[in-house]
Amino acid sequence: MADVFRIGTGAGFSADRLGPAVELARFGALDCMIIECVGERTLAFGHRDRLLDPSRGYNAQLEARMRALLPPCRKSGTTIVTNMGVANPRAAAEHTVAIASELGLGGLKVACIEGDEVSDLVDPDTPLMDEPRKLRDMELPIVGMNAYLGIDAILPALQAGADVVIGGRLADPSLSLAPLVHRFGWGLDAWETLGAGTLVGHLLECGMQVTGGYFADPGIKDVPNLADCGFPIAEVTNDGSAVITKLPQAGGCVTLATVKEQLLYEVHDPARYLTPDVTADFSRVSLRQAGENRIRVADAGGRARPKQLKVTIGFDGGFIGEAGVSYAGANAQRRAQLAADVLRERLRPLLRNDAATRVDLVGVNSLFATAGAQPDQDAEDVRVRVALRSPRRDDAELMLWEVESLLCCGPAGGGGFRGAIVPSVVTRSVLIDRTCVKPRVTMLVA
Amino acid sequence: MAPAAPHRTVRDIAHARAGDKGNISSVCVWVHDPADYELLKKTLTGEAVKAAYPGLIRGAVQRYEIAQLHGLNLVMHEALEGGVNASLNLDSHGKSWSYLILALPLAE
Repeated sequence: MADVFRIGTGAGFSADRLGPAVELARFGALDCMIIECVGERTLAFGHRDRLLDPSRGYNAQLEARMRALLPPCRKSGTTIVTNMGVANPRAAAEHTVAIASELGLGGLKVACIEGDEVSDLVDPDTPLMDEPRKLRDMELPIVGMNAYLGIDAILPALQAGADVVIGGRLADPSLSLAPLVHRFGWGLDAWETLGAGTLVGHLLECGMQVTGGYFADPGIKDVPNLADCGFPIAEVTNDGSAVITKLPQAGGCVTLATVKEQLLYEVHDPARYLTPDVTADFSRVSLRQAGENRIRVADAGGRARPKQLKVTIGFDGGFIGEAGVSYAGANAQRRAQLAADVLRERLRPLLRNDAATRVDLVGVNSLFATAGAQPDQDAEDVRVRVALRSPRRDDAELMLWEVESLLCCGPAGGGGFRGAIVPSVVTRSVLIDRTCVKPRVTMLVA
Repeated sequence: MAPAAPHRTVRDIAHARAGDKGNISSVCVWVHDPADYELLKKTLTGEAVKAAYPGLIRGAVQRYEIAQLHGLNLVMHEALEGGVNASLNLDSHGKSWSYLILALPLAE
């Protein structure tokens, strides 16, 4: 029987569930578990956290995840590869070592990957991706800049025998590709195989999005036991092809349809999916049923990796305020519309030009308002929702006050006021010559 | 004017998922039955998608075909009201945009 390497997902985004990860760590017989927790927003918020407290800036659930996952992964010899370090991998690694020591996991080797923070390396004249402006044209304060690191940053940690690898902006598919390259000895220029391994990583990196999450549409696309959906497992062979599956006892499903939807999730040109490791080609992929909840994935390919690395830059975007009040019963839609008109009229003179607002009628036309969807007539359960972005917290507080005032000053029967103000981040991307970026590994031992 | 007869939509023959990167929304669309793939291709041209939502899709729409799996990938530029960190839409990722595509009437 061919040598099979088993990778499972322990999280596909920063707030992902922990229970199914513990199930996989205990029962998945995994060689490797990836825990993917970084997005454009989470990275910028990580930088903000770190500015407020230099010991923070990593995934807020790191402690809970490590406490639950380190013991079963140690027992089964499962290597953990994660970007839970977000904006502070060193603190994340140190905290993980402390947890391991406390749990009696002496000798556990935790590798910390740094060097993705590139604030000192990016020229202000660098053009922004996807828009005709330069970095220096952005008028907001920068909170952090991180280059996407790939397998060349992760492999030294695995070669040094790490049980846990923690980095910051490690590219999502590289979390899976690095252990595959380490196990099967693929060349760093074996582009076709690296492309195949990148597809495995891509299918795993969003967790349940390949096992029935973000998929169900009752009556058309039903998912069994969605409440107990399981995380995916990939059984990968030396040629980079794989079977995507899940634990038999877990909820959810792995079907041709769930795998197809994830295959092109956040992919643009399927023949040119750029990662730090390879220009992957998903355009020729073949999928075939290989048993219940088992889909065989093959025929991904690839070409040479890009000479540049993508860099995500986070900016301080001020504040976002959000507030709402609800109307129900007869004529509710017109009462809500009147409330919205009153708010627009009253907010206009209060706010300076750098504050942006939006008023929606939830239950009538909100998510699709800009798309131009036709509002329903005579909706009888409508929420007026106001959103505001401003560099000044005062503007958000003023807006919340105006919305709350509708309880006595607005149309009849308005109730259920809620309001909240949260810090806002804005992100842009640039490209950087990859030779400028120097990742480094530090091994810590519990 | 009499109400229009209910028309068949993309959702009658296909399923879809939306993703975001910056201010670009991408929606992949897959037919349930390979026999409907030609109809899907005829319906979801880049021009037709852009023309359906001109207020939302401010940039170009690129379309990629995955013929062996009977799917299309629609890449809609400047289509997220600024993107996840800038949009004041309640759904700032445009996760629901897949249902904008599924709502389009099938070509004759």
